Amino acid sequence: MINVFKKFLNLFFKDLFKEKGQVKLGLYGPPNGGKTTLANKICKDWIGEEMGRTSKIAHETREVQIKEQITIKRDGKELTFSLVDTPGIATKIDYEEFIRAGMNETEAKTRAKEATKGVIDAIKWLDDMDCVIVVLDGTKDPYTQVNITIIGNLEARKIPVLLVANKVDLKKADIKHVRAAFPQYEVIGISAKTGEGVDAFYEKLFELRNKALKNKR
Amino acid sequence: MLTLQFIPHADIERLESDKRVEKLLKVVKENKIILLEGKLRSQEEAMLIKRTMEEIDESFTGIEISPINIHRKEDEAFFRKVKGMLINLLLGDRQGLTIIGPATVVKEIKQDPDKIQLFTEEKAKRQKK
Repeated sequence: MINVFKKFLNLFFKDLFKEKGQVKLGLYGPPNGGKTTLANKICKDWIGEEMGRTSKIAHETREVQIKEQITIKRDGKELTFSLVDTPGIATKIDYEEFIRAGMNETEAKTRAKEATKGVIDAIKWLDDMDCVIVVLDGTKDPYTQVNITIIGNLEARKIPVLLVANKVDLKKADIKHVRAAFPQYEVIGISAKTGEGVDAFYEKLFELRNKALKNKR
Repeated sequence: MLTLQFIPHADIERLESDKRVEKLLKVVKENKIILLEGKLRSQEEAMLIKRTMEEIDESFTGIEISPINIHRKEDEAFFRKVKGMLINLLLGDRQGLTIIGPATVVKEIKQDPDKIQLFTEEKAKRQKK
């Protein structure tokens, strides 16, 4: 019953976006890259409230979250969009990993089940995005199949993309490595947690929106 | 025991995307590691992830997948690039190899210019192949 209701809500929001012709900005990436931390940073900065819960355990975001009418103002310019935070995309989900992270068996199995649905939803929502920020963990190897699949699918759908190498506040972060992995894309280094690099990121959002509007015409 | 199954491109080229994905997933669920000639299209990769998620349960925890590009240094020469483009035009997705394995067997696939490393799971012990 709850699932039917969720499906209805998803469809309702998709149709609502279509009617209003809003720019939908999606946050995509592997689990634990910092998508929701970035979504929270954007929402806190521009509408004064957070968007979702974060956790060190992967797959904390297991449903697509939407925040409408976010307006960024910079140097007399305005950018309004709807932010869509998606569950992390993975090729494997093992409930035993959640147990190792401290959950009991029932919680772990529930989380795994919800996480698989979250991945499916995130992939389904790809078709509805006008532009996407791919949030990568700057401390990890960027040459993963999940990253390649996400970026390849956006490219195939001609959806404008901005790559973000998150967690630059950590010593292990290597933005050059991310840039080398995806030389055809612009990569912005940020820390959604500390706010480092976020100003430059907001500036880039205007360019991303313009590309999305051009595509829509 | 590890079982590697080679799937030539000819076996899947006439199949629709969803049938290709079904065929690959069926083999992976038999606990075999697939060596697929060629690559999947990005939409097919997404479809494979989606179908994998639908199949996940306590015994099947997902897949590891890695396409392998076969590049050599001399490929950088201009005429080689042109040759590569022509091959791409003629053969399409047939170039390279793709390794797909069940996550319960294949923990990680790493590749560098000279070697491919398949880290397998066996009673919590890591093995390099």
